Amino acid sequence: MTLTRRWRITLRAVALGYLALLLLAPVGVIFYRTFEHGVGAVWDSITTPAAVSAFWLTVEVAAIAVPLNTIFGIVMAMALARGRFRGKWLLNAAIDLPFAISPIVIGLALVLVFGVNGWFGGALADAGIKVIFSVPGIVLATIFVSLPFVVREVTPVLREVGDEQEQVAATLGANGWQTFWRITLPAIRWGIAYGVVLSVARAIGEFGAVSVVSGKIAGETQTLTLLVENRYGNYDVSGAYAAATLLALIALATLLAMTLIKPRREENE
Amino acid sequence: MSTTALTRRATARRPAWRSSGALGLGIATLWLSIIVLLPLAAVVARGFDGGIDTFWHAITNRQAIAALRFTVLVSLLTALVNAVAGTLIAWVLVRDRFPGKRIVNALIDLPFALPTIVAGLTLLALYGDQGVVDIHIAFTQWAVLLAFLFVTLPFVVRAVQPVLIELDREMEQAAVSLGAGNWTVFRRIVLPNLVPAILSGAALAFARAVGEFGSVVLISGNIPLKTQVSSVYIFNQIESDSEISAAAVATVLLLVSVLVLIGIRGLGRWGARHERALAEDGR
Repeated sequence: MTLTRRWRITLRAVALGYLALLLLAPVGVIFYRTFEHGVGAVWDSITTPAAVSAFWLTVEVAAIAVPLNTIFGIVMAMALARGRFRGKWLLNAAIDLPFAISPIVIGLALVLVFGVNGWFGGALADAGIKVIFSVPGIVLATIFVSLPFVVREVTPVLREVGDEQEQVAATLGANGWQTFWRITLPAIRWGIAYGVVLSVARAIGEFGAVSVVSGKIAGETQTLTLLVENRYGNYDVSGAYAAATLLALIALATLLAMTLIKPRREENE
Repeated sequence: MSTTALTRRATARRPAWRSSGALGLGIATLWLSIIVLLPLAAVVARGFDGGIDTFWHAITNRQAIAALRFTVLVSLLTALVNAVAGTLIAWVLVRDRFPGKRIVNALIDLPFALPTIVAGLTLLALYGDQGVVDIHIAFTQWAVLLAFLFVTLPFVVRAVQPVLIELDREMEQAAVSLGAGNWTVFRRIVLPNLVPAILSGAALAFARAVGEFGSVVLISGNIPLKTQVSSVYIFNQIESDSEISAAAVATVLLLVSVLVLIGIRGLGRWGARHERALAEDGR
């Protein structure tokens, strides 16, 4: 199918125009709106005590959730790519659930299990542990929403590289750990890296599930995304724009990381 | 031959690896159950806490049903627009050549990387009352469609792109040499090969739109019976302590998600069979 030059340019213009209107214009406007009163005001706005504490809480939550999901993801991917067991299809399907479910439903689900009146609520209260309206709840919500990324990135890479080298290592007398560290891990490292970048982006950006379980206590359980909403709700529009721009910059850094990792990841495929 | 023999020997020699693998799988499954499956079961259980009548009442009250209907309709429209626009964008990214293509390709993932609340705020900054342009669609049903289109943009593009790259161009050339026009080639050869990918991308976009919250919570204006979507309705029910009614509507959304996931798995199998059939024809 070879299109004439005129058709090709028309299609290109329509596609790029759609992208420009839908993606670039809004994001461009928010940068413009943020910096129209100068960089100093923006800096003041993102260094208030509430903003700084929201920033560090967001970092802390991601720093707990992402490593846990990475370990889970590698173990699960090994099982899905290499293992043979009953109910594998069911497990495979269950892993995608967090992608398909509304963040609000996820938040509600966690409240119903870990909240004061939830299934584990009594036991947790007796043990003096507060999960919902507290940091552990935010961590749980973040783990839930970013659970599938590493599994979904690593499983196809594992399938692609095959297990011949692992078997050779085993026949040469390597134990399970040695095989994993020296053979499997180096082969899947870029797949893991890609999954981790996606998980970090989702962990930092999660809003719906976190907003249900956090209780939104400023300085305590307010993450960066909740700060954006809170400031907008309190008619501090420029403050909301400033925090949103900070998040947008993190998103752009994520895109850059994705672009850099992608070709390396595809090398072993 | 030699690989099979090797496999057999290695499998026989691998009991230690096997058992640690089984332990890992057990822990990982337990982790998945506690964090994902148990809470979802709690939603369904709570939804039916007051019996089936209460459940039915909760999901058929005027506001809830209006929100559900609106959400599903706008999500279907979103899937449809994405199926067309996403295929077009994928085609331009694969078959066309222009300066800056790599940057455009990287930007496609922006909606995945950008937090949804920021997406909502940016749309509001552009189309709100104090917006930069003179289009005031904030707090209308169009605003919800726009927000859904923003957050679901990558699904169809990223589903179609790899299929289009792999697509055998010899078939197209053969068709052209037999006198087929561009439109015929697209309709009879390119499109049938892309259909499984387009459908599964559109289904993912639909699922995402049905559950979307962050990007619409500000720009929809949340007007009951008009611009209120189901996720925002559930959120309001949680805030006003109507847990059962929140859980009932959440159960419906959960069911939609599960059905879409099952549908996509079916599509995946269909796509694989389609490919196999093509490969065999080629032989």
